[in-house]
Amino acid sequence: MSHCRLFARLLLQQAGVRHCYTGNRKNLYINKNTKVICQGFTGKQGTFHSQQSLDYGSQLVGGVSPGKGGKTHLGLPVFNSVKEAKDGTGADATVIYVPPPFAAAAIIEAIDAEIPLAVCITEGIPQQDMVRVKHKLLRQSKTRLVGPNCPGVINPGECKIGIMPGHIHKKGRIGIVSRSGTLTYEAVHQTTQVGLGQSLCVGIGGDPFNGTNFIDCLEVFLQDPKTEGIILIGEIGGDAEENAAEYLKQHNSGANAKPVVSFIAGLTAPPGRRMGHAGAIIAGGKGGAKEKIGALQSAGVVISMSPAQLGSTMYKEFEKRKML
Amino acid sequence: MAASMACQAALRGLRAASSKQLLGSRNQLARVSPRRWLNLQEYQSKKLMQDSGVTVQRFFVADTASEALEAAKRLKAKEIVLKAQILAGGRGKGVFDSGLKGGVHLTKDPAVVGELAGKMLGFSLTTKQTPKEGVKVKTVMVAEALDISRETYFAILMDRSCNGPVIVGSPQGGVDIEEVAATTPELIFKEVIDICEGVRDDQALRMAANLGFKGPLERQAADQIKRLYDLFLKVDATQVEVNPLGETPEGQVVCFDAKINFDDNAEFRQKAVFAMDDTAESDPLETEAARYDLKYIGLDGNIACFVNGAGLAMATCDIIDLHGGKPANFLDLGGGVKENQVYAAFKLLTADPKVEAILVNIFGGIVNCAIIANGITKACRELELKVPLVVRLEGTNVQEAKRILSESGLPITSATDLDDAAKKAVAAIGKN
Repeated sequence: MSHCRLFARLLLQQAGVRHCYTGNRKNLYINKNTKVICQGFTGKQGTFHSQQSLDYGSQLVGGVSPGKGGKTHLGLPVFNSVKEAKDGTGADATVIYVPPPFAAAAIIEAIDAEIPLAVCITEGIPQQDMVRVKHKLLRQSKTRLVGPNCPGVINPGECKIGIMPGHIHKKGRIGIVSRSGTLTYEAVHQTTQVGLGQSLCVGIGGDPFNGTNFIDCLEVFLQDPKTEGIILIGEIGGDAEENAAEYLKQHNSGANAKPVVSFIAGLTAPPGRRMGHAGAIIAGGKGGAKEKIGALQSAGVVISMSPAQLGSTMYKEFEKRKML
Repeated sequence: MAASMACQAALRGLRAASSKQLLGSRNQLARVSPRRWLNLQEYQSKKLMQDSGVTVQRFFVADTASEALEAAKRLKAKEIVLKAQILAGGRGKGVFDSGLKGGVHLTKDPAVVGELAGKMLGFSLTTKQTPKEGVKVKTVMVAEALDISRETYFAILMDRSCNGPVIVGSPQGGVDIEEVAATTPELIFKEVIDICEGVRDDQALRMAANLGFKGPLERQAADQIKRLYDLFLKVDATQVEVNPLGETPEGQVVCFDAKINFDDNAEFRQKAVFAMDDTAESDPLETEAARYDLKYIGLDGNIACFVNGAGLAMATCDIIDLHGGKPANFLDLGGGVKENQVYAAFKLLTADPKVEAILVNIFGGIVNCAIIANGITKACRELELKVPLVVRLEGTNVQEAKRILSESGLPITSATDLDDAAKKAVAAIGKN
């Protein structure tokens, strides 16, 4: 750990702050052995989705609700802090349903407890708070954060962390990464319908400052033999899609390139307006859908102009490559 | 918006602005004098700046001509600038329906201030950025006019690529910063700020020097930069843009104008700032939607959208357009939507006279489809729905939702997927 900090400090002079942090991308790949705790366990959202998680078969092992430590909720132990919960259950992931005024502190608590994966569902965290969280996040290596403002992560049939409807998923061959929750469900629904199924789905969320980006997920997908195709769902605002395109050019070209299909939302969005997501805004002529589409196409990504054709487009790509 | 443009340009070199003008006049290009989106008047922004120790021209506000006269006298200034307070830009070249030309006037005589204010207050000011009928002026700003010997540009924003705040500046102020970015990018300077450290002395001084402030002015400008940064953090701004950050002949560094963009997510802890929100120049439907915590943005078309999830909502507008239709709005119901919000949203959409069809597209994750179905059927009955309604539902509790809709006896067209829904909605226009 201190070795990493020293190294990080040296790299801080350049742009290498993320070096430590990018080493833990593999923490994204949850599975049937992943033990999950829930922060905000006894709240309305926490309770509802924890029950859904249990019904799905995820290994939810307890939760955190400050002041209610020692009690039982949904038949599971409640702890006062993430550290106590981790020590008490051996949890390796946490899902956060804490309201916006306290959510950043909840994420920091998870980082301090060195929990390998933290998934923050909360929408509405002030950007300044997330900038501070990210400052801490990038200078450590134990914890990977997904979100905030995201639906979560799911390995179909093995582990579901978040609010996605489990029943639309099917274990399979496609890795899905998306900034939009409901568009992810569209992609999942369609890939299930065409019989391809999903290997791992990661919702990275709609906020401008978040813990995991497209590239983090693409690395996992490209290195995973079970993931044979990738669906990337982007939207206006920022440059995450352009960065992803660059990454794909470097790491997913040539004969062994995995098929990547993409939809970018917001071609009809007016500039200057925040389209729901805090990060979905075309500012000063930058962040438009057209440019993102162009960048991805130049990296060999197949763009679907309709969000209803993601499954069929991927199916065609599999057909072309005789992967069916 | 211009600041963000400058920053992106600074951070990645030259890149031509490619703002696509979409869907007509309501959607402005992100260019010169953009609107203040959190609807703060100039005097409110300047008060925030003053409270943070930022140097602005001394000013008073007035709601009547006599108040303006008194303010002008109290100011005891060599020269006075009188400015109509509206959110839209282009005030200088605007026209009042009182006949007075120009929303900004300079004079040395307080009596003239009073007289001109009388031709502004209560009258409508029309500029290139207001609707045709103009905007009613309720307040004027009476400020000390200061000579500007030099204009610079300065902005602070939260930048995604730098994972935090950046300060950006150019010694070429007062003009369109996008042009500077395009023609002389070497005149755009930036410093990446560590959120835990704040603006370091060396950074502030270096920026001040790059902005062309010399001698004692360098330290003064550095001080202003730090105060602006403190303000940026204090009010949870996503952007503070000062254009121009000027130098007076008397050797003062003054912020002559500022536009502040606020983080909506911080509203719960910025009650004072958000209380200043003036919705008089906003789309009334957007204002009404905000009351119910609905994310609604008016567009120019005739097919209303009713969707859960921002990405899906944007995609729904996109796909309507793809199939030859024109979306009337963006509407994200959000995850934890309640039945009364569904009803309110529906009421809002049906109240829009432009709307000729409604497309409901719901994929339920957190959202329970049955709640949507109940809200829709209730709204349809009570509002006596007159336009075609196309509904596509999928996800949590969808079977129950479909049952509710089919047993409602309402004329609802069902759709299987988003393509099908969009095609049916477009086809429904003109049939009615």
